[in-house]
Amino acid sequence: MQELSGKRRVVVTGTGCVTPFGAGRRTLFDSLVAGKSAVSLISSFDTSDFKTKIAAEIKNFDVNSYFPKSETRKMDRFTQLAAVAAKDALEDSKINLEKLDRSRFGVVLGTGFGGISTTLEQHEVLLERGSRRVSPFCVPMMIPNMAAGTLSILFGAKGVNETVSTACASSSHAIAAAALLIQSGKADVIICGGSEAPVNPLILAAFSSMNALSRRNDEPEKASRPFDRNRDGFVLGEGSGILILESFEHAVHRNADIYAEIAGTGSSADAYHITSPDPDAKGAESAMRAALCEAEVSEIDLILAHGTGTLANDVTETRAIKAVFGGNACEIPVVSIKSMIGHALGAAAAISAVAAVSAINSGLVPPTINLETPDPECDLDYVPNFTRKAEIKCVLTNSFGFGGQNSSLVFKAVN
Amino acid sequence: MYFEKIADVVRSHLALDESVQITPETSLKGMKIDSLDVVEIIMKIEDAFEIEIPDEKLHEFQNLGDIAEYVKSVKES
Repeated sequence: MQELSGKRRVVVTGTGCVTPFGAGRRTLFDSLVAGKSAVSLISSFDTSDFKTKIAAEIKNFDVNSYFPKSETRKMDRFTQLAAVAAKDALEDSKINLEKLDRSRFGVVLGTGFGGISTTLEQHEVLLERGSRRVSPFCVPMMIPNMAAGTLSILFGAKGVNETVSTACASSSHAIAAAALLIQSGKADVIICGGSEAPVNPLILAAFSSMNALSRRNDEPEKASRPFDRNRDGFVLGEGSGILILESFEHAVHRNADIYAEIAGTGSSADAYHITSPDPDAKGAESAMRAALCEAEVSEIDLILAHGTGTLANDVTETRAIKAVFGGNACEIPVVSIKSMIGHALGAAAAISAVAAVSAINSGLVPPTINLETPDPECDLDYVPNFTRKAEIKCVLTNSFGFGGQNSSLVFKAVN
Repeated sequence: MYFEKIADVVRSHLALDESVQITPETSLKGMKIDSLDVVEIIMKIEDAFEIEIPDEKLHEFQNLGDIAEYVKSVKES
């Protein structure tokens, strides 16, 4: 089934993830609609010297129960997360890899920092033990394209294989790139999304120096409070979100369950500042407009916001949503799942995408938790604290990265 | 004792279970592991015995027994 324009339709036939709630798409969505917080005191390293001592960490992640240790020990944590999330998504898609044309089966992932843990560990080895002790696996583990490379090896995907890096918008741009590749006929099936494992001393210190992180250490579960007047920054998270995208024809031909369609994608740059969003929110506005224009939808039932919980983001994103939707903006539920799972940076958009697909198929809108005191400058319906039932046919997701790089996606129910 | 310690390093590095036999005749190349693993195993053997094995020596080793002999010669000289 091809549209008149000649573009092929792109559908989602599988979703998978590893988040601070644990592995698996169901674990994620069940926890989101339960309004749980995954934020706690950091356990993976000593934070006594840090102003921020909290994060949404994935605890007890046992990659070796999914893949043999002989393979996983050559993977940085961000690659391990992607591998487990991709396995989850492929199982969900029930795709028979033996029957696939491997040359038309690809991988497109996003990541902000790639194998940053490996980089740090091996740099320490270099300084403390000398150049002869740096691991020969250092380069293949640290390079940001290795998660995508590893997925191709694990699942025999011999088609397009690309990695996108646009900071906190990385996996949104990756999903958009994958959709375009399928739309234009360069691939039939793509494992796409993103992965990030940034909870380490350097990244915590670096974001802390920017005053970007919440310091609500005495109440970790209350720390991530997007759109609340008493928000004081974002909470670092980690994880991986994966979608299996297919051309509509390919999905129908193999009788797949189709969970949603990627109806539109929009991308823009603020061209304003290296880290601060443009206060006029023109970049965010233009990404949303482009995605909506391509999707040709009249109504949006849910916006999964970038919603980091920083002072600047939440006000400008609200402004951008109002500019796009005008008088209707107050009618649309706007949710930040970062209130529960923190900010997984380059993986955040893909995890949001998994949640978007779950919302469409469950008719449940997860809440923005910790929204207790309204901010006069954030005056939309953020679904405070309690899950709602609603018919969700169309979801818009927003992602904005440092560098002023913006990406919006429109997911639509398929009848 | 040198060989046993080397076998332990190889077994633990490659996460081999007890059913996999490692003998002095076992060659790293024969184990079908990639060249990066070989480099890392040699590093771990160097660490275990606190010695340095010159790169040119690596080409002379046919099997783990040869490595054990070399380590013995360095440690006992």
